[in-house]
Amino acid sequence: MDFVTSFILVTPELMLAAAGLVLLLVAAWAGDKAAIGVSIAAAAVFFVAGLSLVPSLHMGIDGPDTLAFGGLLKVDSFALFAKALIYLAAIACLFLAPAFFNSKAAGVERGLRAEYPVLILFAALGMSIMVSANDFMALYLGLELNSLASYVLASILRKNQRSAEAGLKYFVLGALASGILLYGMSLLYGFTGGTDFASVRAGLEGELSLGKLFGLIFVMSGLAFKIAAVPFHMWTPDVYEGAPTPVTAFFSTAPKVAAVALTARVVFEVFGGQVDAWQQIVMFTALASIVFGALGAIGQENLKRLLAYSSINNIGFILLGLAVANVAGASAMLVYLFIYVVMSIGSFTALLMLRDEDGDLYETFADIRGLAVTRPAIAWCLLIQMFSLAGIPPLLGFYSKFVIFKATVDAGLVAFAAIAIAASVIGAFYYIKFVRVMFFDEPAGVATGKSGTTHWILLIFTAAIVSPLGYLLTPSLADLADKAASALFIGG
Amino acid sequence: MEGFPILTIMMLVPLAGAILCLFSGAAAARFIALGATLATFVLGVMLWVNYEIGGAQWQFQESYDLFAGFSYALGIDGISLMLIMLSVFLMPVCILASWESIQKRVGEYMSAFLFMEVLMIGTFAAQDLFLFYIFFEAGLIPMYLIIGVWGGDNRIYASYKFFLYTLFGSVLMLIAMFWMVATAGTSDIPTLMQFQFADGAQTWLWLAFFASFAVKVPMWPFHTWLPDAHVQAPTAGSVILAGVLLKLGGYGFIRFSLPMLPDASADFAWFVFILSMVAVIYTSLVALVQQDMKKLIAYSSVAHMAIVTVGLFSFNVQGLEGAMLIMLSHGLVSGALFLCVGVIYDRLHTREIERYGGLSINMPYYAIFFLLFTMASIGLPGTSGFVGEFLSLAGIYQTSSLVALICTTGIILGAAYMLYLYRRVAFGVQKNADAAAMADIRPREWAMMVPIAAVVLWMGIYPESFLAPMRADIAALDAQIMAAAPASDANLDAGVSREASANAIEFEGEGDH
Repeated sequence: MDFVTSFILVTPELMLAAAGLVLLLVAAWAGDKAAIGVSIAAAAVFFVAGLSLVPSLHMGIDGPDTLAFGGLLKVDSFALFAKALIYLAAIACLFLAPAFFNSKAAGVERGLRAEYPVLILFAALGMSIMVSANDFMALYLGLELNSLASYVLASILRKNQRSAEAGLKYFVLGALASGILLYGMSLLYGFTGGTDFASVRAGLEGELSLGKLFGLIFVMSGLAFKIAAVPFHMWTPDVYEGAPTPVTAFFSTAPKVAAVALTARVVFEVFGGQVDAWQQIVMFTALASIVFGALGAIGQENLKRLLAYSSINNIGFILLGLAVANVAGASAMLVYLFIYVVMSIGSFTALLMLRDEDGDLYETFADIRGLAVTRPAIAWCLLIQMFSLAGIPPLLGFYSKFVIFKATVDAGLVAFAAIAIAASVIGAFYYIKFVRVMFFDEPAGVATGKSGTTHWILLIFTAAIVSPLGYLLTPSLADLADKAASALFIGG
Repeated sequence: MEGFPILTIMMLVPLAGAILCLFSGAAAARFIALGATLATFVLGVMLWVNYEIGGAQWQFQESYDLFAGFSYALGIDGISLMLIMLSVFLMPVCILASWESIQKRVGEYMSAFLFMEVLMIGTFAAQDLFLFYIFFEAGLIPMYLIIGVWGGDNRIYASYKFFLYTLFGSVLMLIAMFWMVATAGTSDIPTLMQFQFADGAQTWLWLAFFASFAVKVPMWPFHTWLPDAHVQAPTAGSVILAGVLLKLGGYGFIRFSLPMLPDASADFAWFVFILSMVAVIYTSLVALVQQDMKKLIAYSSVAHMAIVTVGLFSFNVQGLEGAMLIMLSHGLVSGALFLCVGVIYDRLHTREIERYGGLSINMPYYAIFFLLFTMASIGLPGTSGFVGEFLSLAGIYQTSSLVALICTTGIILGAAYMLYLYRRVAFGVQKNADAAAMADIRPREWAMMVPIAAVVLWMGIYPESFLAPMRADIAALDAQIMAAAPASDANLDAGVSREASANAIEFEGEGDH
């Protein structure tokens, strides 16, 4: 494989890297004045990089032609699907940011910083590498590139104590997770003699020795940290609450997609021969995430914390698809990821629009009381998102649960599916609490501030996708997800 | 009518109305909602007129592959037709009932009702298992809002209870549906109705479906959400809840549990009978001591629906026909009773029975309608209630005389609590000055009462109009499930009939005349 082919395969990453470096220079020389320009340029790069994926995404590619740089990276349909989703989420989060950072909510450091879009670019670059990694080294590089950019993003409001705290917590716990992951990787390397997925997989054939098993469990734990699955979820509420809201929106979408995709690739392509060894772990984690995500959310008053628990809950459902351990499950997982990203962006956009005259943000239940009277459009869009997150038909959130549970039942895990779906009713409790507070309670009348056009566009666009109209997307979505999922297995 | 997608149009009309209402002012929203529901009713009448009795089992079929995983497939048989008619008939009445009593957020209210109508028609017309589930479950959203936003003082508790109870029941059914579709290889309801599932699996599937339908019906002891929801919901909300939403449970049994899982249905028949017998006696007694009119009628609904479930699981034609007729009749009658409560609630703003009395003096026309619906609820011959209950009990008598005996007691208890209610509200002295000063029903209220009263009498005097469209479907269902019928304890032994009538006088003459 010559380098030209490899470079062609990683065109989107090259675009992101080049744009990141150039825009970093622009940001350094022009300062924050250029922030909007840099944001637009970054969004344009994401858009072009995303467009460049479309043809091969549509055709569906897999097999040895997708290997780049001597098998370090693997740019198959699965990676492309995840990348497309990551770029879309990144664009949305770029659009969300200016109104927030330019308002009073940003505190003393008012004004969008030019580093924000650059950091998003680098984070997305890291994620791109993560999802196409075919070697533990590439995996780790991508993961760290993404994580380091994310730590900085979490604490981008340097003088805001909560933001700084969130960044620090994220950093310490993220570093711990990376350490665990590295340790697992080193064990696997030691016992199998390779770092690329194929040779580790080959080394894991047959009876699992204690060392290999430890390696597997450490790798799984590290990944569970990154996707914030129970029991490695504790950092999520704090980081989500402390980070600036547009950054929280970013954390709950793009890195989730990347980490889930990475986890899927690792468990299928590396541990694919040892399904019994990890299936129980994933099943337990999935159920625990659904239950604890739901229970933890019930007592929350802060909406961002609540959405953090909601993301843990959703990860549980995504892991159900992983636990099924077949093509249908992986495909369902990808469909779920897409719908989850849309719902998250919609909910966070709505939160960002709840502001007072001065632009200060509201983020507790007490503040959104009676929102249906004071700001009916936002309340209705948020209602759609909440019922959708709860998985109530006819909203698209139901379809995401539909595919996951269909895959689970079709694979014969009926009792497991029944327990999981019964636990999902607990989650409905706090989602409908959202609706109750907005629709049934007397208005508090505090969220009166105007919202920007980009927010409105994102809010209405996501609400339209989540509304029953979104079902019209399902045939093409299912088709793409099927291609992506089957690529994952053929390569493995 | 060939090729004309009337079912889709029937759903699009209220849908368009719902979206319009959301964006219009109070006065406009009322007229849009009334117009949309009346237009849908007219379409419903066209549907009935064009329904070919004795024709194909499934008519007005439409099918499009719009979605991944399931298809948009609609079609009706006689059973669906009758329940759709019930829904579209009650809807304009509900809008009229809310005309003046709802003053806040009228546009959203009307919109919620119209969405509800779309979903109800969709539920009864869906021919794809998952499409059915979507419509069935989606009704939670508008109903949650109707109870929560426009309900009484304790509305939040009631709306939560309603939502979580029904959701929990339904999700297990979804898992069962996945399993059925995976096993049968199709989500097409008519095909699934012919599919024979393995015996062991039927038990689990039946229980999962039961979890959902028993909550919806509601059967004792899963009924506790109903009194709360009814009491807190606005009048029209109660009408729709009692009139149509409870029927979703019965419809589920007759469409899914019985034809798809006949063996399990037979195995569990006694389980259903026992729950129903408890419900009939227990909820009737509870109704007897209620001080709140809506609560009383809510408990009476549980008792009536118990006779429906008994009829459904009696495994014979009479029982099934009777169950269907009770569902239709109960939809009208309990709806009308809630309207009657609403009429006086609008005037005095209390549902306390003690606060009324002697209403037949100052509200004679109201008292007549109330009496008619009370009698229909008791099951007086000539009203719709009689036909259904008679058939249903006749059906169960063939299966078990014990169940028939106990359920018939329910009729007597029903007479007791309804007449007691009526006596306290309409007869006696005018204890309270403000109740005595209430004006009789107004033209708008006449317009709500008269159509229901007319249909109640029509169904009571000539039930054939309503039975005819369903006859073939019920006969087909009966033929399908008969083999599985549970053991009977009735031991019916048809005696040899006499050669002559009992009072025939022995005539010994020559016989030459």
